[in-house]
Amino acid sequence: MTELDRPIAREDPWIGFTGWEGASAVSDTVETPFRRFRRRFLRQRPAVVALVFLVGLVLVAVFAPVVAPHDPLVQDLRNTLQGPSSEHWLGTDELGRDVLSRMIFGSRVSLLAAAQAVVLALALGVLPGLVAGYFGGLVDTAISRLTDTLMSFPPLLLAIAIVGVFGPNLRNAMIAVGIIFAPRFIRLTRASVLAVKEETFVEASRSIGTPTMRVLRTRILPNALSPLVVQTSLSLGFAMLAEAGLSFLGLGVQPPDASWGAMVGRAYRFLNQSPTLVIFPGVAIVLAVLAFNVLGDGLRDSVGREIRRGAS
Amino acid sequence: MTVPILVLASFLVFGLVLLVPGDPAITLAGDNATEEQIQVIRDRLGLDDPIHVQYGRWASAAVQGDLGDSLFSGRSVTKSIGERLPVTVSLAAVSVLIALMIAIPAGLLSATRRGTWLDTTATVGASLGLAMPSFWLGAVLALIFALSLGWLPATGYVPLTENPFEWFRHLVLPGLTLGTSAAAETTRQLRASLGDVLQQDYVRTARAVGLRSRVVVLKHGMKNAAMPVVTVLGFQVAFLLGGSVIVEQLFALPGLGGLAIRAVLDRDLPVIQGVVLFTTALVVSINLLVDLMYGWLNPKVRAA
Repeated sequence: MTELDRPIAREDPWIGFTGWEGASAVSDTVETPFRRFRRRFLRQRPAVVALVFLVGLVLVAVFAPVVAPHDPLVQDLRNTLQGPSSEHWLGTDELGRDVLSRMIFGSRVSLLAAAQAVVLALALGVLPGLVAGYFGGLVDTAISRLTDTLMSFPPLLLAIAIVGVFGPNLRNAMIAVGIIFAPRFIRLTRASVLAVKEETFVEASRSIGTPTMRVLRTRILPNALSPLVVQTSLSLGFAMLAEAGLSFLGLGVQPPDASWGAMVGRAYRFLNQSPTLVIFPGVAIVLAVLAFNVLGDGLRDSVGREIRRGAS
Repeated sequence: MTVPILVLASFLVFGLVLLVPGDPAITLAGDNATEEQIQVIRDRLGLDDPIHVQYGRWASAAVQGDLGDSLFSGRSVTKSIGERLPVTVSLAAVSVLIALMIAIPAGLLSATRRGTWLDTTATVGASLGLAMPSFWLGAVLALIFALSLGWLPATGYVPLTENPFEWFRHLVLPGLTLGTSAAAETTRQLRASLGDVLQQDYVRTARAVGLRSRVVVLKHGMKNAAMPVVTVLGFQVAFLLGGSVIVEQLFALPGLGGLAIRAVLDRDLPVIQGVVLFTTALVVSINLLVDLMYGWLNPKVRAA
C-alpha cells in the first residue's frame, strides 16, 4: 500500500463552527482578481450565452462522429440537392451528401483552423511586442516599423499572396492568416507592456536585482495579459471569417473535406436550384463569429482593474 | 513615414520569392515542365543573380512603373493592373458611399436615442454586419434582389464612361456586400464618439443657450465626432481593397481581385508581387490623405 492509496481521514468540517456571522463581510473584502473577473463576467448575459454556445460548438466538433446523423462523405446520387426533410434535416448537397453531417464535421475544420491561426499569431506576436515595449530604443523602432508595414498591406490580399507562394491548402492558408494577425498582437502587447513597465512593483522588483528575464516573465507578462485575452477572442472570430473567405476562393481546405466557408463556396453554383445549401453553413459562420465577438466584448468589460470611482 | 513603409513593403513583397519552397524556378514552372521551360523562368526572373542584384533590378523597374511580365501570358503586369484598376476603384468607391449612407444615419440615431429600440436595432445590426462573411451576404443578396425579384443584375460590369446608370446598377449589390462590414464598423465608431461628444460641457451650453437640438447635434456634435470616424474609415480602405477580391469573384467583376486569384492559382509570381505592391502603395497613399485631412478637420492638429 503506497502513500496515495491510504484512505484519507476526513475530519468533520463543522467542528468549531459557530455560525454564519461575519461570513458576508469576509467575502466582500477578500476578492481575488479571478473572482472579481468571474463576478463581472457573469453579469453580462450576452457574453455568457456566447460562451455557452461556443462550448457547445466545441463539444459538437469533438464528438462529431457520435453527433452526426450520417457519414459526411457518403454520396447518394439519387437524392441530390434536396431541401430539408425528416431524413436530412438540412437537406443534401450536389452529391447527395447530408448537409447537417457535413456541417458538423466542418465545424472541426473551421474551429481548428481559426485556433491554429490565432496560436501562430500569438507565438509570432507576443515576444516581439514584449521586447519592443520593455527595452524600447532601436529594437522598438525596428519592430514597430515592421509592424506598421505589415499592417498597411490589405490583409486578405497578403494572405492570398502568401498562399500563392506556399501553395493552396488549409495549413498554408492558416499560416498566412496567422502572419497577418501577428502585427496586431505585437502592437497590443507593446502598448500594454509600456503601461505595466512604469508600475511601482516592476520598479521595486528591478531595484532588488531581479534578472530581466524573470521580471519579464513573472512581473510584466502576467499583468499585460488581459488585453491579449480579449484580442484572442476577437481574433478567433476574424480568423474564422478569413478561413471561410480563403476556402471560398478555393485556397483553403481542399475537397472532399469541407469547412463552412468551403461549403458556401461550392454551393454558390447551385444558388438557383437549392438556396438552403448556401444559407445554412453561412448561418453557422455568422453565429460562431458573432459569439466570438460578443465573448470578446464581454471579456473586455470584465478584465482589468476595477475603475474606482472617486479615487484618483 | 510613408516612404520608409513603402520601401520596407517592397522588401517584403520581393521577399515572397524566397518563400517559394525548393527551387523557385522548378516550383513555379509546374509539374510537367521541361528543362527548357524551367531555364526560361530562371532567366526571366534572373534567379541566377545574387539576391540584392535581383531586388535592385526589380525595385528600380517598379519605381519607373514597370512591374515585370506575367510568367504565363507574357503580358505587362502594369498594363493588366491598369486595365482592371477602374473596376476595383469603382467598387471600393461605391462601397464607401453605401457604407456612409448606412452608417451616418444609424450612428446618429443610436447616439442621440440611446437605449431606445432604434439604438438596439443599430447596435445588433452592426454586430451582425461584422460577423457576416462577405461572400455569404453577397450570395443572399444576389438570391433576393437578382434571382427572386430581378431588380438588379447579379454579375458583370459596365464601364462608367459607357453608361453611368448601368455602371451604378451593376455595382449596387457588390458595393452593398463589401460595404456592410465597413458600415458596421463606422456605425459603432460614430455611436461611441458622438455619444462622448454629446456629454461635453460645450454641448450642454449650446443646448442651454436654446439652440435647436438638430443644430447642436449636427454642428457641435458631428463636427467633433468626425475625427475618429475618419480614422476608422481610413483603416477600412485596406480591408475594402483586400475584401474586394472575394466580392469581385462572387459577382464576376473583372477587377484586380480576379487578376490576383488567377495569378495565385497559376503561381504567377510577378503578377502576385505586382498586385500586392501596387495595392499596398494605394493604401499607404490613402492613409496619408487621411492624415492630411485631420489638419482640415481639426485645427488643433494643424498647429502641432
